[in-house]
Order: sequence, then C-alpha cells, then structure tokens
Amino acid sequence: MEPLIDIRDLRIRARTAEGQDIEIVKGVSFSVRRGEVMGLIGESGSGKTTIALATMGYARYGCRIAGGTIRIGDIAVTSLDEKGLQQLRGQKIAYIAQSAAASFNPSRPIMAQVIESALIHGLMGEAAAREKAISLFRAMAIPQPETIGNRYPHQVSGGQLQRLMAAMALITDPDVVIFDEPTTALDVTTQIEVLKAFKEAIRDRNTTGIYVTHDLAVIAQIADSITVLRHGEVQEIATTSQLISNPRHEYSQKLLAAAEPALRPSPVTDRQARPLLRVSGMSAGYGLTGKDGMPAVPVLRDIDLTIGRGRALGVIGESGCGKSTLARVIAGLTPASRGTVTLDGIDLAPGIAGRSREQLREIQLVFQMADTALNPKVTIDEIIGRPLTFFFGMKGAARDRRVRELLDLTRLPATVQHRFPGDLSGGQKQRVNFARALAAQPKLLLCDEVTSALDTVVAAAILDLMAELRRELGLTTMFISHDLKTIRAICDDIMVLYSGRVVETMPAAALETGRHHPYAGLLLGSVPALRTDWLESTEAASLQVQGVPPALSSGGCAFFPRCTLAEPGRCNTEVPPFRDYPGGIGAACFRLAAE
Amino acid sequence: MNATIGRLLLTRLVAAILTLWFVATVVFVITNLLPGDVAQELLGQSATPEAVAGLRKALGLDLPPWQRYLEWLWKMVQGDAGRSLVNGSPVAALIGSRLGNSLILAGITALVAVPVALVLGITAAVHRGSVYDRVVGAGTVLAVSVPEFLVASAAVLVFAVQLRWVPALSQLGRLETVLDVVRTFALPVLTLTFVIVAQMARMTRAALVDVLSSSYIEMARLKGAGQARIVVWHALPNAIGPIANAIAFSLSFLLGGVIIVETIFNYPGIAKLMVDGVSTRDLPLVQACAMLFCGAYLLLVTMADVAAILANPRLRHR
Repeated sequence: MEPLIDIRDLRIRARTAEGQDIEIVKGVSFSVRRGEVMGLIGESGSGKTTIALATMGYARYGCRIAGGTIRIGDIAVTSLDEKGLQQLRGQKIAYIAQSAAASFNPSRPIMAQVIESALIHGLMGEAAAREKAISLFRAMAIPQPETIGNRYPHQVSGGQLQRLMAAMALITDPDVVIFDEPTTALDVTTQIEVLKAFKEAIRDRNTTGIYVTHDLAVIAQIADSITVLRHGEVQEIATTSQLISNPRHEYSQKLLAAAEPALRPSPVTDRQARPLLRVSGMSAGYGLTGKDGMPAVPVLRDIDLTIGRGRALGVIGESGCGKSTLARVIAGLTPASRGTVTLDGIDLAPGIAGRSREQLREIQLVFQMADTALNPKVTIDEIIGRPLTFFFGMKGAARDRRVRELLDLTRLPATVQHRFPGDLSGGQKQRVNFARALAAQPKLLLCDEVTSALDTVVAAAILDLMAELRRELGLTTMFISHDLKTIRAICDDIMVLYSGRVVETMPAAALETGRHHPYAGLLLGSVPALRTDWLESTEAASLQVQGVPPALSSGGCAFFPRCTLAEPGRCNTEVPPFRDYPGGIGAACFRLAAE
Repeated sequence: MNATIGRLLLTRLVAAILTLWFVATVVFVITNLLPGDVAQELLGQSATPEAVAGLRKALGLDLPPWQRYLEWLWKMVQGDAGRSLVNGSPVAALIGSRLGNSLILAGITALVAVPVALVLGITAAVHRGSVYDRVVGAGTVLAVSVPEFLVASAAVLVFAVQLRWVPALSQLGRLETVLDVVRTFALPVLTLTFVIVAQMARMTRAALVDVLSSSYIEMARLKGAGQARIVVWHALPNAIGPIANAIAFSLSFLLGGVIIVETIFNYPGIAKLMVDGVSTRDLPLVQACAMLFCGAYLLLVTMADVAAILANPRLRHR
C-alpha cells in the first residue's frame, strides 16, 4: 500500500542567535501508511517537533525547510505556496500542541476557536460546525459538552483543554493529525484520560498520525511504529513491539533502559534509623496570616514526617499539591505558620532570618531548573566556591582544591571550573547545582524535581549520582517529584501528598504490594507501563469520576470529589484520621480503616 | 462587568485622585520656591518697599504658606483657579481662550499620528526581521533622536521657505476653507506627528511581536488562518493593553510638552501660556496649567488602564 505520509531526506536549517546557519534536521526519511500512527521519540534537540511541524509545511521563526520532499497523499507539501499551505493546514492535516493552555487564544471563547478551521476552509456553516463540535466533545468525554464551548480557556482545566484541542483538530476530519507531546504538561492521573480519548478517536476515525514524545511508555500505547531520533538524525525505525522488546540501535537501548529506571540500592536499610528531620503539625501557605494562625492561601495542612539518618524520603503528588512548598518550609524560605521543624533534635526557627549560619548550612536545597538557579554571569568556580568561603572561610589554594574535589565528586571534568553555566549541558548544570549544595556539607539535602527538566538518559545519570552520594557521604535526602518511577528508583520511603495533606506514607518496597489510599492507588495505576497493551488493561482511567462533584465541605477528605470509594455524608464532612496498616503503610482514609 | 473589574476600576480611580492631590502639593511647593517675587516684578525696579509690601498684602502673599496652600487647594477642588496676579483676569478665562487651540492641535495630531503609528507598528511586527522592519526600526529611532526644534525648523525651511506651500506661522484667524485649515495646521501637526509616532510605533511593534510569537498564534497558523485574520482576530485583542498605554503616554505629551512647536509656529496654545506665566511670576496661572497638564495625563493613562482591564478576558469572565 502507498504510504499516506512520505518524508524523504528532509533537511531543516536554523539561524542561531549568533547568526550562524546550522542544520538541525539532517536528512530524515520515514513514511506512514494510512490509518497508522508513527511515533517520533528523542530527547530535546533531536528535532522531533521540528520534523512534525515541517509535515505541515511550517517552520518556526528562524528555521526553514532547506531540502528534501514531504508528500501527503498526492500533495507535495514542500512545493506548495503560502496559499496552498493555508488550504492544507487545518483541513487535510491538523495539529495538537503540547500545552493547550498556551495554544488557546485567551481572548476568544473556546467554541469560536474549535470551529475556526471548519469556517476558514468553508467546510460547513457555523451552526453545523457547532453541532459537530458538541458531538466531538461528547466523544471525548468532556463534561458539559453543550455549554463548555461558551467558556474562555482560563475557565477550563488543563486536561479538558487538551481534549478540547483534540476536538479542534478533528473538526475538519483531517487525514493526518500531528500530536506534539500532547500529554507532557499533564499530571499522570489526567494524562491517562487524555490518552484514552486520543486512542479512541484515532481508532474510530482511522486517523493517520505522527505522535511526538520523549516518553517511551506513552508512545507504546498509541503508535504502531516508532522512529528514534537524535541530533536531527534517524537512529532506528521499528514497529512498536519490536522496539520495546528488541531495540537494535545502541541509543534505543539506552532510551529503553532509562524509561524503566533500575532500583538503586539503599545504603541504610534500617527503617528505624535515628530520625534526622522531624516535621510535626506543620501548616504553611502564602499571603497574610489570619486570626486562626492560618495564611490567606493555605498550601500545606497538618504535615507530620520524619526522615531517618541516611535515608531518602520521596514526596510525590500532582502539581499544586504543595510538595515544593514543603521543601521551602523545611529550608526556611517559606516560614511555617504552625507546627515545628526539628533537625537533629533542635527546633528550627520558621524563617531563615531566625536560623543560625550553622543551621542554614545543614539544610541545602537543589532546585529543579539549574538554568535559573545558577547565575549565568558567574563562573562555576565562583558558584561552588562561594558557599565554601561563606560557611567555612576557605580562600585561595584550599578553596581551589575543595572546588576541584566537589567537581570530581559530582563527576564533572575539572575543565569546567573556570567556565560559565551557559557553556555547560543541561545535565552538567544540574551536577553543578548539586556540587554547590554539597559544598556546604549539609546533613539534609532537599531535591526539588531535580530530574524533571532533563532528558531521560541524562536524568538516569543524575539518579546514579544521587545514589553514589548517598552511599559515599551518608546524605539524608528528601526527593520531591511528580514521577513515581523516579521516586521508586531512588527512595527508601514514599510520602503521598494530595491537596496539601499527607494521604499516605509507605516504604518504597510496599508500592507494588499492599492496600493503598485511593489516591495513591490511582497514581500508581496511572503510570504508563512499558508494554503496548497497558492502556487497554489498566483500570485507573475508569476510576475517574465524571461530571460535577458534590460540594466539598471544609472538613472533609480533599480527595472526596474524585474518589470512587467515597462514602457521602462521612468522607465529605470529616477529615479521615491517619492510621497505620500492615506492611508499614500509613494512610488517611475511612474506607481503608473499615476493611 | 463583575465585582473584580469594579474593584479594579475603583482602585485606578482612587489612585488617580491621590496622584492628582500629590501633584497639586508638589506644584504648589515648587511654584512657591521659584525665585523672584510677583509684587516686585509688577511694580518694577523703582518701587518703594512700602508699595511692594502693600501689594503683597493685597494679593494675599503675606499669609503663611500652609494657609495659602489649603485655600488654593480648596478653590481648585471647586474648579476655581483664582485670578491672574499680573492682569487680574480669572485664570480660567485665560486658559479657556487657549485650551481650545491646544485641543484642536492635539486632536488633529492624534488623528494623524495614531493611525500612522499603528500601521507602522503592526506591519513591522508582521514582517519581523524583514528589510521593511529594519527600515521602520531605524527610522523611528532616528525620529525619536532628532530634537523637535530641528524638525520644525527643517519643515519651515522646506515647505514654507523653499516650496512656499504653507505659511511659516500659524494664523488661526482665517480658517474659512478646508485648505485654510490644512495650511494652518500642516507644519505643527507634521512636526508633532514626527515626534510622537516613533514611540507609539515601536511600542505597538514590541507588543505585537510578543503576542505573535505565542503558541496560540502558531496554532492559528496551523489551522490555516491567513495573515490578516491572525493579526486582527487573534493577535490584536491580546495586545490592546500595552498599545493603549503607549498611545496614552504619547498623546499626553501633546498638551504640555509642545512648547517648542508652539513657539516656533507662534501657535497660541496653552504651553506657551504657561511659560509666559513663569516669566511673569504669575503663580495661579502656572499652578493651574500644571494641574491641567497633570490632569490630562492622568485621564489618558487611566483610560488606557481601563482599556487594558476591560480587554483582559481573565478579568471579564471569571
């Protein structure tokens, strides 16, 4: 059968900020048959999005398609003029972007944007287009399909917007749909709903697709075959099951290994290790503190946790659950409004102003974005050396020697010492970020999403580094992440946060076994597994409650509106108490207690 | 309209009033610090100290400053700007005779300059990086950098002296035909437009470039929308806030900041009136003019703020 999409020797050039003209896509060829989905996988800079956009004859500002041919059916995209491209886009081939929140125009109602391409191309009247949009909303299981189109983008949640964008792409019944990391910006529990909706839409319409992602487990659910890209070149093209079970190219094997991070052995296996950090009854938030001692915008409520000496606690939860605030409270950057933070038996003042220099030294924070955490105008030597001078008064040769030791400890070449952060790769910058924190010789290291901004292969190396540091320095760490696989790989204990409360704590080994809090269960079931039939077999998506949840009274369980096991009249009125269960699991749930 | 917008608008209004009061205080203090004495100025070099003291008393200049301040402020609130110290006629009448002229000049300039600036800014943003964009960019920088007296003089030299198309001076007396109006206003409007277009065009371009590089514009393009639709339907509604601010900022210059243009073309406007007031130490006139300029500025900026608030869908649709 003739392929529907045929890309031959595609070359794309870009002009850099320095005015250099470089090739970013270097002769890529692949083809996709009608009704099939091709996955494009690779890390940042692999050119996967650039290639996907080129399929629509589009190159971003500063880029241009410099050579090769792109055919869609009998249309030669590369030889179309502007008018021809306009007719192609939105009609024959449609695009679903990474961030729906950014891809909807904030000034226009959703419906007007969803039906726009149908009207531009004159495919149907406005009334017919609206009707079709509403039927698409229904098919995508979007709540309130009749009226949601009247809303503005900021009035709709991220997961719903992503599905609305899919409806926007499908309104013209395009032959080809480009999916550009459409679930990357979503929480894992939302991602699963959106993936299901996409998969059904593709199957029902026999859509041909190009699906761009960096996540092998996600693409395994959707794609028929996969093209592995690196630095603008094809490494391997294989069917999905072939790639997952038997990757041929060395780089594919690396990607596969990084997708399922191996467990790093823990140096401290004793769960009863003497506690280093203890947080009790802590509440915190932002804004002015009210009469009841709670801030105007509470983020964390009644948090209790302990971390044993040398152990690693993983904190997991979806965006906005308060996990970053937790690290900031412990570090003193956001003072707690209630409760205590105790380090090594000594109560710490809520804010950094009240803590001694020694106490500041003992807790160090490693931020997610090394790009923003490192001053771009200062050399690596100065970044790592400053805490040495500040905490230990080191100068001259002694400081120089210690900086080189720290570079060595974080597996950085000594040559980076006198360079600037901008000269380093993302992974190297994150290592510098670690070296800077380690320079203070902290007792407790708080790591806030330290691998989230990194490509999977680079992130795996950072996890190895962390495991090494724990082993060599006996560091106690708190590891914050939204990614359960990462947490599982590096931590001894796991704490699940939901809406600012601890809903469950457990030893990492109990993750796959034992009874869990419904939210922890949902989280666990939502992480895509690296096999092609996971999406069909998982039950996590069906756990989602559709429609409008009943009002949550202030005293109830925060998870009540989404919980399938909830008991109305109890779960929404009383805060469930935290109890211990077999296997070292602690959870706050009435249903769990009843069983 | 909802409670949030109402509250925001009210905050803007209160802020404007407080600013006006603050400015009034500063204006009063500064004008009273001006060197020289109106009584001395009026009576001339040969006046006896007794005569000067008498005149000071008659003009109320012997009262303590805070008392004069409160009295002046209270009258200002009621709209009474007092009487000129120099010729005794009401300040309001003096200003009134000139304000119309200034508003006409400002109005015509705005009618010419705003569309020109918007067209330049929008087209430059749409063709970002092209030769046209660079020409507009360089041209506007040049226009901002050239002092207005040079522009005005050059305009007179070319259009009045060499080409003899228009008179060098503005004569407001004879405005019977359209041609008269054009001939009278051509040079001052040309000069002022030259001065204010640059700022507005650059700000419009910057605001629009920002919006045009956003994901939702890329999405519109990938839906097959044409250039015109992208600019008018998708981009401009999101750029109203900064553009309105740039326009307000530039237009506010047209009342008080045009002294050089008014002087060169002998145009009887309000800026010239104020400068005359300063040279004769006519404090009530100077104060009233300063308050007028500030009031106009605040009005324009507040209007731009209101436009920005109303244009924000996050505030309109909660």
